[in-house]
Amino acid sequence: MLNGKTALVTGASRGIGRAIALELAKNGAKVAVNYAGSEAKAKEVVEEIIAMGQEAIAVQANVADSESVTGMVKRVIEEFGSLDILVNNAGITKDNLLIRMKEDEWDAVLDTNLKGVFLCTKAVSRQMMKQRKGRIINISSIVGVSGNPGQANYVAAKAGVIGLTKTTAKELASRNITVNAVAPGFIDTEMTEVLDENVKGEMLKAIPLARLGSTEDIASLVTFLAGDSSSYITGQTINVDGGMVM
Amino acid sequence: MADVIERVSKIVVDRLGVDAAEVKPEASFKEDLGADSLDVVELVMELEDEFDLEISDEDAEKITTVGDVVNYINSNNN
Repeated sequence: MLNGKTALVTGASRGIGRAIALELAKNGAKVAVNYAGSEAKAKEVVEEIIAMGQEAIAVQANVADSESVTGMVKRVIEEFGSLDILVNNAGITKDNLLIRMKEDEWDAVLDTNLKGVFLCTKAVSRQMMKQRKGRIINISSIVGVSGNPGQANYVAAKAGVIGLTKTTAKELASRNITVNAVAPGFIDTEMTEVLDENVKGEMLKAIPLARLGSTEDIASLVTFLAGDSSSYITGQTINVDGGMVM
Repeated sequence: MADVIERVSKIVVDRLGVDAAEVKPEASFKEDLGADSLDVVELVMELEDEFDLEISDEDAEKITTVGDVVNYINSNNN
């Protein structure tokens, strides 16, 4: 399905990013596994991909830093000779009630989760425009659509990603580059593991399919959006949330 | 000098699909040669490759005519 294609997945050392990197590789793509700090975890993902008989590299970069991002994209293109798929997945949380939220909590989350998407998209656009093809897939969140108490920073960033997705889709459409967002609901990862049991119970009640999603649920949609069969879909945000938001 | 004009002209003709006779120094990419903003960005990218230059975003924004390009290259290319 993705044979001969090359991909960069940000924040791919664990959680949803890891599952996406593995699924893209399983479908034939060469994958660059970006990480910010977890070098050992990223290398494990790379080794797992190489064990499948596919090419992979680990690339360190802080997505919120433009020089770091430019260096990462340059290295991936040097290594693979092209860049067909960008998955903007890197994200952090610093939850707090709005009234208690510190400015640095706001800034850190906006920098990584929103500015990071802008910087990575800008850095790969040049290559994709030259290639006259490309797929950009942004991982937003269902809370960017619905809002969520305690996550003003995260929600603002994830809603921002949806707007950025639509604008980028319009700007790059004439160059055969599609840009879509995936909005995961309540997915079983380290990020949601830390949530209070009461909060989890309440959230489950709000999910018509009455279960948590898995990282593979997200990875399979990303793989579809990265492939040729999704070529007429752009600017969309697709919820993968067990029906939580309709 | 003539060489620069020739190379620029070839890129403009290829990229924008215009007639070589239309590529005059005073011709504006957007007004006269039918380019949109993204075409101009791509043109700048191609010129960077052709002349082995790095044109900053600030300088690129000032490029609006064929003459601007030729002048930029002549003053930045040793």
